[in-house]
Amino acid sequence: MSATHPAQPVSPTVVIRPTKGWAALRLNEIWEYRELLFFLAWRDVKIRYKQTALGAAWAVLQPLLTMVVFTIFFGGLAKVGSDGLPYPIFSYTGLLPWTLFSQALSLSSASLVTSSNLIKKVYFPRIVIPMAAVLSGVIDFAVSLVALFGLMAYYKIWPSLLVIWIPAIFLLSLAASLGAGLWLATLNVEYRDVRYVVPFLVQIWLFVTPVIYPASKVTAKLAEHGLPGWIYGLNPMAGVVEGFRWALLGRTPFPAQLLAMSVLVTLVMLVTGSFYLRRMEATFADIV
Amino acid sequence: MSRLAIRVKDLGKQYTLGRSRASYRTLRETLMEAVARPFERVKVGRRGKRPPAETIWALRDVSFEVGDGEAVGVIGRNGAGKSTLLKILSRITMPTQGRAEIHGRVGSLLEVGTGFHPELTGRENTYLNGAILGMRNREIDKRFDDIVQFAELEKFVDTPVKHYSSGMYMRLAFAVAAHLETEILLIDEVLAVGDLAFQKRCLGKMEEVAAAGRTVLFVSHNMTAVSALCGRAIWVESGTLGADGPADEVTGRYLQALASGDFQFVNSEHGLKIESVTLWNGAGERTQFFSPGDDLCVQIAFEAEKPLTGVYVRLLVESIQGSCFAANMLLDGQRPDALEGRGVLACRFKSLPLLPQSYTVKMAVVGPDAREPIVRVQEVASFTVNAQAEDYGFSGEFFHRFVAHATSVVVPYEWIMPDGTVKPVFVKDGLPVPPRERRAALGVGAPGEVKR
Repeated sequence: MSATHPAQPVSPTVVIRPTKGWAALRLNEIWEYRELLFFLAWRDVKIRYKQTALGAAWAVLQPLLTMVVFTIFFGGLAKVGSDGLPYPIFSYTGLLPWTLFSQALSLSSASLVTSSNLIKKVYFPRIVIPMAAVLSGVIDFAVSLVALFGLMAYYKIWPSLLVIWIPAIFLLSLAASLGAGLWLATLNVEYRDVRYVVPFLVQIWLFVTPVIYPASKVTAKLAEHGLPGWIYGLNPMAGVVEGFRWALLGRTPFPAQLLAMSVLVTLVMLVTGSFYLRRMEATFADIV
Repeated sequence: MSRLAIRVKDLGKQYTLGRSRASYRTLRETLMEAVARPFERVKVGRRGKRPPAETIWALRDVSFEVGDGEAVGVIGRNGAGKSTLLKILSRITMPTQGRAEIHGRVGSLLEVGTGFHPELTGRENTYLNGAILGMRNREIDKRFDDIVQFAELEKFVDTPVKHYSSGMYMRLAFAVAAHLETEILLIDEVLAVGDLAFQKRCLGKMEEVAAAGRTVLFVSHNMTAVSALCGRAIWVESGTLGADGPADEVTGRYLQALASGDFQFVNSEHGLKIESVTLWNGAGERTQFFSPGDDLCVQIAFEAEKPLTGVYVRLLVESIQGSCFAANMLLDGQRPDALEGRGVLACRFKSLPLLPQSYTVKMAVVGPDAREPIVRVQEVASFTVNAQAEDYGFSGEFFHRFVAHATSVVVPYEWIMPDGTVKPVFVKDGLPVPPRERRAALGVGAPGEVKR
């Protein structure tokens, strides 16, 4: 057996000693473990729809059926308004980034605890685990995006050039999910209460996100009380959902304030979440 | 020693027991503590300090160096701290004190098949497991055929591993691990799996690794393997370094210590000292080797500074499969009136219904309230059962292949075939009840026979 490690520097030296408090993020190490990140995400995708009759069709059915329910009750009965768009299109475009977010949040918050066997037996930067959980939702997102294009064709709504912004907004929604996911996953290792908080949190979060109703309703209400509209952007998903609609459908005004605020809040969550996880990860193997 | 691969200096790991014994806390507890803390400071002034949380040093003041290309065996009883040491060196858990330096890329095998998913195929699991162990994608590409060949699973690579037999599963898991090519390998008893033939091949592979000049730290209970693979051995005893030297010498001393039953334990708070725990067979001989149907007498020699009344003793017999059986005073209600002065407490397990495997005996002593630990559950002795299939009246052709990881305890049973014929599986010699005459020959009162 000859050892060849072209990717490795010659004999890296590792010093192991007790550390306390905040630690550096070591982003280069995460990069080094990118293959593991990929494999873990791929495993999650691969086994998600095993032994299901409909398989990956669930990725489309979940938001699609929700859209139907929303259209009947909110679009039809409650008449919540949809910025002049057909309500099915309106809610489905909102549901896509929302489903990505809510699924990523549920999966990543539980991820560290469910991977306890890995954490106890192998070393790697632990942040890879919630990251993989978030990434595993990307395929679902892509599949349901294709379905959205079908729906748009049916309503004869053609995407404008603004679609070039979709990847950026998509990344923002991933980052927002990861930011919240990192916090919840780390808290969950020590406090299993998180398990009960997350479903509730996701439910509440849906109501404060402009999926069912347009953001314009909220910002208008805020203005009535003399409050600036960007307050709504404290919920990073508000910017993501409105931004996604804007970029994809090109029929709503550019939500500049909401998006800027979303980016800011997301960055704060992501950075603090990463540092929090890094601080706690030394004890994971002992308490998970 | 040309160059160092591993340098460990004053390494220690402390675990907290007691207050946060629960593996995780609830938010409420933390909030309550946070609220209570300022008040506590006031109280401390009045009533002295709050009792410190109970802690245990799983590892303490361990220092050693391993040269580049050296193969070192790490031996010691279960719970002595071997695995903690490996976990610290693998960076899975953080030391409480001291430091360790590792020069080179580390591969740690604390378990084989980590991350295997039953729904994925052999091929998929190989890539996944490889990535988890730190292999690069192209490294796995390059060695994939070797891995599959080593595991003898060419025909099944694209079958989900949930359809594998446990033997096939372990073969694949080990094969992936065996092809991990790092400069330093940390290995924790991964060879205690699979059938004998496969274990041999694993050992062969390990020999190859050691001979190839890579640094190996090898934790094992298999002294023969340690002597064969390693030039040097480290003996970890109760979290400290018991001995460090040539493998033959250290393993020899370790085996001697095991056989002499020199498990010792002192609980100064209760003034109880366990002087030795020894195992005796039905013929009244002290031994570590038993036959199925034989009696196992566990003798605990103690010295109590002051009379200790109403304590409960528990003895557990375990195999690598888990608990087999136990003698538990908390259940049976028998307990010594008092432990006083020097004496012997013994327990005789009658006619062992065990398969040929290795077993450990664990002991625990709790106070009269059935809670207060006097001797925490720990391994106090170990023994091996030697037997052939015929000894149980078995005639299965795969006996040898599967017995190592079969359920350890056998009771007499019979099959009722579809045609109505009854096939009693006679456990030979009337196991688990030994022949009357043999029992008569055993005599009574083990403590009386103690030779000390």
